[in-house]
Amino acid sequence: MNRKGGLLIASVLCGWLLAPTSAMALDVTIGYIHWLPDQGPVLSNVTPEPEDAGLRGAELGIADNNATGRFLDQNYVLDSVIASDADGAMAALDGMLESGVDLLVTRVPADTLQAMAKQAGDRALLFNAGAPDDGLRIRECQPNVLHTIPSYAMLTDALAQWLSMRRWREVFLITGPTEQDKAWADSFRRASKRFGLDIIADKPWTFDSDLRRTASKELPAFTQAGDYDAVVVADVRGDFGEYVPFNTWLPRPVVGTQGMGPEAWHRVVEAWGAAQLQNRFRELAGREMNSEDYAAWAAIRSIGTSVTSLSDAGHPAIREHLFSDDFQLAAFKGRKLTYRPWNGQLRQPIPLVHPRGLVATPPLEGFLHPETELDTLGYDRPESDCRIH
Amino acid sequence: MKQAFRIAALAAAIGFSGPALAGLAYVSNEKDNTLSVIDTDTHEVVDTIDVGARPRGILLSRDYSKLYICASDDDTVQVLDLATRKIIDTLPSGEDPEQFALHPNNKHLYIANEDDAIVTVVDVTNKDVLAQIDVGVEPEGMAVSPDGKWAVNTSETSSMLHWINTETFEIEKNTVVGQRPRHVEFTRDSKIAWASAEIGGTVHIFDVDTIEEIKQIDFQIRGVPQDRVQPVGIELTSDGKYAFVALGPSNHVAVVDAQTYEVLDYLLVGARVWQLDLDKDEKFLYTTNGVSGDVSVIDVEDMKVIKSIKVGRYPWGVVIDPTS
Repeated sequence: MNRKGGLLIASVLCGWLLAPTSAMALDVTIGYIHWLPDQGPVLSNVTPEPEDAGLRGAELGIADNNATGRFLDQNYVLDSVIASDADGAMAALDGMLESGVDLLVTRVPADTLQAMAKQAGDRALLFNAGAPDDGLRIRECQPNVLHTIPSYAMLTDALAQWLSMRRWREVFLITGPTEQDKAWADSFRRASKRFGLDIIADKPWTFDSDLRRTASKELPAFTQAGDYDAVVVADVRGDFGEYVPFNTWLPRPVVGTQGMGPEAWHRVVEAWGAAQLQNRFRELAGREMNSEDYAAWAAIRSIGTSVTSLSDAGHPAIREHLFSDDFQLAAFKGRKLTYRPWNGQLRQPIPLVHPRGLVATPPLEGFLHPETELDTLGYDRPESDCRIH
Repeated sequence: MKQAFRIAALAAAIGFSGPALAGLAYVSNEKDNTLSVIDTDTHEVVDTIDVGARPRGILLSRDYSKLYICASDDDTVQVLDLATRKIIDTLPSGEDPEQFALHPNNKHLYIANEDDAIVTVVDVTNKDVLAQIDVGVEPEGMAVSPDGKWAVNTSETSSMLHWINTETFEIEKNTVVGQRPRHVEFTRDSKIAWASAEIGGTVHIFDVDTIEEIKQIDFQIRGVPQDRVQPVGIELTSDGKYAFVALGPSNHVAVVDAQTYEVLDYLLVGARVWQLDLDKDEKFLYTTNGVSGDVSVIDVEDMKVIKSIKVGRYPWGVVIDPTS
């Protein structure tokens, strides 16, 4: 080899050593659209839900992506819109699509999400970080929608698995009046069949009695029944549920949407490096991270993880990657998370928590599945009509 | 002043003549704020030492007289005098130190600050902070090559290895590996680096001259779901024959042929095995099992687990003093 050739190779090698692994600069704009209908008045509003739940998780996801991206010359920007009604959310979508934003995270109700998905068509990939409705995962799946928020079925399966493991199999179910409460209760009824529970009483909470009593006075009488092992509450917006614990006829634990229950995320989760995520979030938002924040964070980290390994930010390539064997999301839940190919749901363990502690993290040992134990939570492939990939 | 110094020297002298002829292993108990001291001849706990909050990474000074301890929740690195078993000093470490590595010059300590996304370099002789290097999200694993040229940091959430030039304290290359890289181990000749990816479930082998990945190792344990196989700690035998890889919540340690990178065996240990260390003669391998709160002892010649030793809550790191 002549001397010149040697020099050339050396200088190329040197340049390559100093350059980041990816030579191409990438700017990735991710849209975030938030619209929540008014939840109506609630009896217990002691700890109101943070209004920016979801948004701050998205911001942390962007910060995490950028912390990685700066070594690879990838820059992430969040374009967020808080809409005041469904039309506003649709208008925000149109605006983003027009300006070329093709990766979007949404925290909107199921029907708005469906309209958005149809509107976006093959122009964008949407991540649902707000609607837990089972219908979106079993019948009305859209090929351009992935779900990072767990479905009601995943949440209630986690709870039912745990009740079954504890052998607290006879339960008293109280369902609130809203559509969400009914949907949650329907999911729980399905879960109770799957995991061998017996709903010995199934009562709607109407509280239209004329007894001039407070909810807490009403509850002991309301929960009179034969024997039961636990009371399960379906009160998604948090209206009456906080009054159920310690006011039941029999001295029994209260689980479900109040008391001890399933969450995508909660401040008591600390294992598997979660303490670091909680710290980062607290520093950014000045409050604790909740399920909506986590879902938005997971969506944006899914995008970041894909862009890192693809060096491509086009939504078709990202979608393909998210469904491939190469994709794995490290998301502080003790195992890698992946997307279900049939309905685009992010598989994930579900922490069961009470306000100051973690009880268990289903899937629990002993509940088996031929593919992955994570698929013991939620609608499995044979139970879903969807085949989006 | 002079007097104080004399007393300290005296105490040190008494200390040195004191305990320990047997081999000793030190284990950091993350949720007990203690170290367990294990006699490696009898495999029994002989002492428990109170240290700072949430002790995780631990390492020995090159002269084996001191143990450095990352007291993560105290935001400091503590210096334990091994003769007296007393904390004699603290080092400025940056926030939330988790793992660290000491340069062969016995002076430069490279500390991964998990919450701040930086690596801090401290001169342990005068406590000067020599550099703070920006790295990816949640820096965790830290290793310095035995020839002293490279410091490698893993950033868990960025899934990268950052290759830091130890002369300039600057990153020269970033290499993307599997999700959540936890630990890096160099071969004795500094030619090969092993890096584990916890969530990726893989170990990545790098040629250090070119900083290129030359091999990826996958693990499969019969009867264990794939997503429970989570590689963390790595230990290499000095003869270049074997690598041991702690596989986290699969509760197994993999035995790998360090020449062919073939997995030879999986040994069942305690629950959530994270870190491991060989004793002086490389006869025994100690592993820390966080969830079961114990240390497993592996007989290297027979490749069998011979004992488990109960220690504190959530044992994290283990080092064995080769001089003792």
